[in-house]
Amino acid sequence: MDDFIAARSQMALSLGFHIIFSCIGMVMPFFMAVSHYYWLKTDQIVYKNVTKAWSKGVAIFFATGAVSGTVLSFELGLLWPEFMKHAGPIFGMPFSLEGTAFFIEAIALGFFLYGWDRFNKWFHWFTGVIVGVSGLASGILVVAANAWMNSPAGFDFVNGQYLNIDPIAAMFNKAWFSQALHMTIAAFVATGFAVAGVHALMIMRGQNVLFHTKSFKIAAIFGCAAAILQPLSGDISAKDVAVRQPAKLAAMEAHFHTEKSASLILGGIPDEANKEVKYAIKLPGFLSFLAHGDFETEVTGLDKIPAENHPPVAITHYAFQIMVGMGMAMMGISLVYFLALWKKRDWLTSKWLLKLFVFATPLGFIAVEAGWTVTEVGRQPWIIYNVMRTADAVTPMPGIAYSFYLFTGVYISLAIFVVFMLYRQIKMVGTLYDKE
Amino acid sequence: MIRNRETAHSIIRSFNHSVIKMLYVVITFLWTSILLYLLLGGADFGAGIIELFTSKKNKAVTRKTLYSAIGPIWEANHMWLIIAIVILFVGFPVIYSTMSIYLHIPLTVMLMGIIARGTAFTFRHYDAVVDDMQSIYNTIFAISSFITPLFLGIIAGSAVSGHIDPEADTFLEAYIFSWLNWFSVAVGLFTTSICGFLASVYLIGEAENDANRLRFAHKAQFFNIAAVVCGILVFTAAYFERIPLLEWVFGNWVGRIAIIAATLSLIFMWYQLYQGKIRLLRPLAGFQVTMILLTTTFRHFPNIVILKNGYLSLMEHSGQEKTMQALGMALLLGSVFILPALFYLIYSFQNKPYQESGH
Ligand code: HDD
Ligand code: HEM
Ligand code: HEM
Repeated sequence: MDDFIAARSQMALSLGFHIIFSCIGMVMPFFMAVSHYYWLKTDQIVYKNVTKAWSKGVAIFFATGAVSGTVLSFELGLLWPEFMKHAGPIFGMPFSLEGTAFFIEAIALGFFLYGWDRFNKWFHWFTGVIVGVSGLASGILVVAANAWMNSPAGFDFVNGQYLNIDPIAAMFNKAWFSQALHMTIAAFVATGFAVAGVHALMIMRGQNVLFHTKSFKIAAIFGCAAAILQPLSGDISAKDVAVRQPAKLAAMEAHFHTEKSASLILGGIPDEANKEVKYAIKLPGFLSFLAHGDFETEVTGLDKIPAENHPPVAITHYAFQIMVGMGMAMMGISLVYFLALWKKRDWLTSKWLLKLFVFATPLGFIAVEAGWTVTEVGRQPWIIYNVMRTADAVTPMPGIAYSFYLFTGVYISLAIFVVFMLYRQIKMVGTLYDKE
Repeated sequence: MIRNRETAHSIIRSFNHSVIKMLYVVITFLWTSILLYLLLGGADFGAGIIELFTSKKNKAVTRKTLYSAIGPIWEANHMWLIIAIVILFVGFPVIYSTMSIYLHIPLTVMLMGIIARGTAFTFRHYDAVVDDMQSIYNTIFAISSFITPLFLGIIAGSAVSGHIDPEADTFLEAYIFSWLNWFSVAVGLFTTSICGFLASVYLIGEAENDANRLRFAHKAQFFNIAAVVCGILVFTAAYFERIPLLEWVFGNWVGRIAIIAATLSLIFMWYQLYQGKIRLLRPLAGFQVTMILLTTTFRHFPNIVILKNGYLSLMEHSGQEKTMQALGMALLLGSVFILPALFYLIYSFQNKPYQESGH
């Protein structure tokens, strides 16, 4: 394996792994806080059990998220030293603030996990909320760093030199708002659907039904509310990308030729050599509308962009389609669920609705991974958009392929361990918490 | 958003005119984070190392004491490493990227250790079913507790050893001998024994009965001796590899005073221990480690990385003015939030074991 490809793959693997744990670390504390709140208010023991069971899951995910995050902060240098040499001082601001957020999160988690029956109960509850708030803050901050790579700001690039650095302006770059909004909602969608799906499965199996019904409801409401907002935020992102990174938009849409009243392409197989998309459904004018809010406006195609600056079209296009597809599916399920909550109460206990949620368990995380693929692969060949090429940033050390194999092995085993651990948690719910 | 930006700017601007030199603030934070990681994270690694050196029948007690001692602050202890790394890559990017290139291999090994250790620690506590898996987690935990500080020490040793050679043209010279040399390895072993020492001293205070207290005291003795032996090894290796370590340590009054203070406090510590007084043990052990870090960093400050043919200096290789201002502000702001919360955390969970053991 080529060292450059290995470095990219290792980065993608590590981030793709970390993002799962960080989403859960950001969102689960809120679920816990809700259930904890119900317990303190209603004294129904089932809510305490739910909170405790979830908090064990969170501890496992937090530890895995923390180590994979620690690995990332080294990997940026291990794989991309040339990038970090210049980018570190510019996009470092969010990372230094993020350090604070992590720290607070870790401290609050210590209070929360070990503080049962030790502190004032509302103080204890509050430390749980702090875990969530600081987790969310770190997510938003780290996305600012990524947004800066898509939309560099806060420095002047003169003759290969990075002058007049302004880390604050770099943090408040143009892409930050849309990305941070979209990412935050995505974390709620993905975690909500994953958790709801697992509990739905347990309800269907008829085990500890009360316990799982309460858990399911909390997760499902969060997840579904977020899933309805997500396409709206995705639309903001798309309009933003159309202006900031026309090459990325063109790749997402496999839009080869600049045209007015451009059509939106659904499905299909992009053929980069012949610059066409085979077997696709075309909706005339809709791409112009999505990208610029008007059916007529011209949308830049790949033909206007020099070939050496083209991102890989097929991967970006497929990833985008997967994300949007998942988003639509989850939005549909969410609408059904809210309808059931408000009007059709008997749907709530029906098998088909639960089945729907079980089926949707992985969809959110698939969308998250696909979305990041769009963002990152769509930025290629740049590591800092229009400033530094990824190929120029990679470490000079040969043999990165071995490092990639090593990390792949480690992450696969870790994933297996975590799944195994969760399986055992869920299996033990009956023994540990069955006091209905 | 615009408004935020402006206020943030004006805060920074007003600091520009003040006497505070942010660079020094940042360097202080960097040094303090490294120290705290060594003290807190180190004690934590040490606890795992002790497990490695504990007979089978006593392992369970050691583990239990360890868990009640470090459980709540466990995540926080490891944050110091992240803070140090972030300071390096934001404030001193050349130092960060040079070390990342030439010490790629030991850094990767250390990361593997961090992954294995962090997850094994959590898994063994949170696994809902207690069965044979526990012994797998324990083995992984103990071994990675040894490997991680060993490689941390190797990395630190390599940074000052002068073995990193940016002009090297073979793979071996550039990426292997940069860290695989007697001096670096000796520093690695020294670091591990310091961790073991810190942890044993720490656990003396946590032990629930006299028998265990005695056991941890013996461990402390063992690691104390190990640290002295490894220290001699470090000086010997330095001598053969022409690293002027003696000069760094004893060539200036700060170093001499620190070494004398550390030695005296060590003697005092053992005296206290034989008297059965345990209150001051932890601060004294912490003091000794602080003195060691001070001596080894003071003399060649601000050149924290010594290359084969040059230096990387904290002064010359720092980021631009505005970056340092922003970084310093972020760190100061952060510590306003973090430090009180952290102290309260440590305070809250410290009372209980003491009360239970009847002090
Ligand atoms: C649950 C997850 C999820 C769902 C349902 C969606 N997305 Fe998404 N999307 C993400 C999760 C995500 C993400 C993983 O969070 C990304 C990667 C980077 C980012 O900021 O968010 C992302 C990126 C991303 C980008 C690229 C942003 C950039 O590079 O700056 C666009 C244009 C969209 N999304 C658009 C959409 C649209 C139109 C959706 C309609 C349904 C949609 N997303 C659903
Ligand atoms: C967690 C969500 C993220 C995922 C899943 C993700 C995914 C990826 C992928 C797939 C690549 C490889 C692209 C390619 O080579 O074609 C990549 C590259 C990279 N990403 Fe991300 N990314 C994420 C967030 C971030 C963030 C927050 C940062 C930095 C602050 C970042 C920094 C990088 C860097 C430095 C590279 C390597 C250079 C490059 O290929 O452009 N990523 N990432
Ligand atoms: C979009 C991408 C990312 C998001 C949303 C994100 C979010 C988070 C969150 C919420 C946590 C807390 C861990 C938990 O609660 O489980 C975390 C941990 C961490 N992340 Fe990320 N992260 C991202 C990418 C990165 C990158 C690129 C780096 C490194 C440069 C990084 C470094 C860390 C570190 C060091 C930790 C451990 C801190 C702790 O223990 O809380 N993350 N991340």
